[in-house]
Amino acid sequence: MHPAVSVILFTVTSGAGFGAIALIGAGYPLRDHPLAVLLTAMAAGGLAVAGLVASTFHLGHPERAWRAFSQWRSSWLSREGVLAVAALVGFGLHTLARLFTDWPVAGIGWAVSALSLATIFSTAMIYAQLRTVPHWHSALTPAAYLGFGLASGFLLVAAAGNVSALGGVSVALIAMALVVPAWAVKIAWWQRAASATLAARDMTAESATGLGAIGRVRLLERPHSGANYLTREMVHRIGRKHAGKLRVAAIAIGAMLPTLIAALVAWLQLETVFLLAGFVAMMAGLFVERWLFFAEASHSVSLYYD
Amino acid sequence: MDVVTSLPAPGQKRLGLVIDLDICVGCHACAVNCKEWNTGGHGAPLADIDAYGARPEGTWLNRIHTFEVTPKDAPAQIVHFPKSCLHCQDAPCVTVCPTGASYKRAEDGIVLVEEDRCIGCGLCAWACPYGAREMDPVARVMKKCTLCIDRIYNEHLPQIDRVPACVRTCPAHARHFGDLGDPDSEVSRKVAARGGYDLMPQAGTRPVNKYLPPRPKTRPDRPAPQLPQAEAGEATGFLGWLDRALERLG
Ligand code: SF4
Ligand code: SF4
Repeated sequence: MHPAVSVILFTVTSGAGFGAIALIGAGYPLRDHPLAVLLTAMAAGGLAVAGLVASTFHLGHPERAWRAFSQWRSSWLSREGVLAVAALVGFGLHTLARLFTDWPVAGIGWAVSALSLATIFSTAMIYAQLRTVPHWHSALTPAAYLGFGLASGFLLVAAAGNVSALGGVSVALIAMALVVPAWAVKIAWWQRAASATLAARDMTAESATGLGAIGRVRLLERPHSGANYLTREMVHRIGRKHAGKLRVAAIAIGAMLPTLIAALVAWLQLETVFLLAGFVAMMAGLFVERWLFFAEASHSVSLYYD
Repeated sequence: MDVVTSLPAPGQKRLGLVIDLDICVGCHACAVNCKEWNTGGHGAPLADIDAYGARPEGTWLNRIHTFEVTPKDAPAQIVHFPKSCLHCQDAPCVTVCPTGASYKRAEDGIVLVEEDRCIGCGLCAWACPYGAREMDPVARVMKKCTLCIDRIYNEHLPQIDRVPACVRTCPAHARHFGDLGDPDSEVSRKVAARGGYDLMPQAGTRPVNKYLPPRPKTRPDRPAPQLPQAEAGEATGFLGWLDRALERLG
């Protein structure tokens, strides 16, 4: 699949943003100063919004994007939009209420948290629902998206937050306990992907044409000599050659570096604000990971073009 | 209007195509006539980019691929393979659409895009296993086969033209149009007689369109398939004499 920058930005940044919102909603202790609360909320909300805005860049008609809220009964993309807006509106109210009123905000906070996690889940389901792309069509896809969203969101919130320990456990250690399993899920995802080929689902040139009963099938000629939307969007081959190296880079930058930084923060009892470096590293690693998520995935339409 | 991209309850009528791979000669006439008709028909024109340049490309609703099939014990054969939307009964392209632009008609099973609602997200093309949807590079909305909805019900056309453009134009009669929901229709009977099949049933889409497989080839290394013949008993009388006389001549 074509690894479009807009979609990579969308999934990574909105994942981190909604992960952070979920944690703030659930009551992660922020610094007391109202400005600190506002800035943290703006960072989390800003990431989520930036991701959503990026996602509209790959639309043919972004001015009609509002129509995407209508089909939540059947479409994961529509659900994602509805949930994202609900979570963001709720988060805005939550932030305003906690800054300017003394109303109890825990209830709305938990609702915002649930909506944010549901948003990340729906984002993942846009891809996981597609039977045409066997790499993606797995429960491990939403598991990885949720794991990454929470881990990256936690690094951000912990860096901005007020406490060095939660329930007696250093937040740096908690960060490690989120980053490592998230990547463990991703490694399991990669392992599954290795055997989740089109051929393993019996999607072959033989079944695609139905000519397998006669013999071995091979494409002799494409319909036209030029490219088309399908070949550019779905029969994309770029970068598979370097996939191995890029996976190592993603793990080194996105998993090992933040873990190392968190370990240092825990060990040397540094200010939690140093976790921000871990957040930046993890985001960089996730961009590489997400690029591979698209670039390495084969779509069944390639059976008619390769 | 409450268009919902959930699939409608399955209807009785299922309009679609039956494509005979035994007969298709790969002339691309159906694709050309499809483009010609549909660029001026339902919805936005089918754009071409760099049409006279070095890298021409454009939007087509029907494309003809060519495959080589090699049996285990015989030489390879060529099969021309036209492909357009199969108007699937369980159409994943419809249920993924966030806007309601993609829908399946309950009355005849045709899958359409309402272009004014389409935001051009492309998800339906990702969901289609067959590559039957293409985003138009100029109109930036999703294009697909309409089964020539603006011909088949068009009372301004003579009866003979009220079939999809591809069917009307195919010089080899490799394409047939009809109601595959009716077991007695001509297309359904063809499918039954020739072992018509679904493309990639693993995709779970239950296509309406069916393909008829190439008939078995004669093989130089094997006796030709025998046509049924009248029993040839020993001839008597004049014919018997003639037979024996010719035999003797060698
Ligand atoms: S062939 Fe593709 S576009 Fe047509 S109905 Fe089936 S899934 Fe949808
Ligand atoms: S490209 Fe248009 S028709 Fe296809 S899913 Fe998106 S909005 Fe629906």
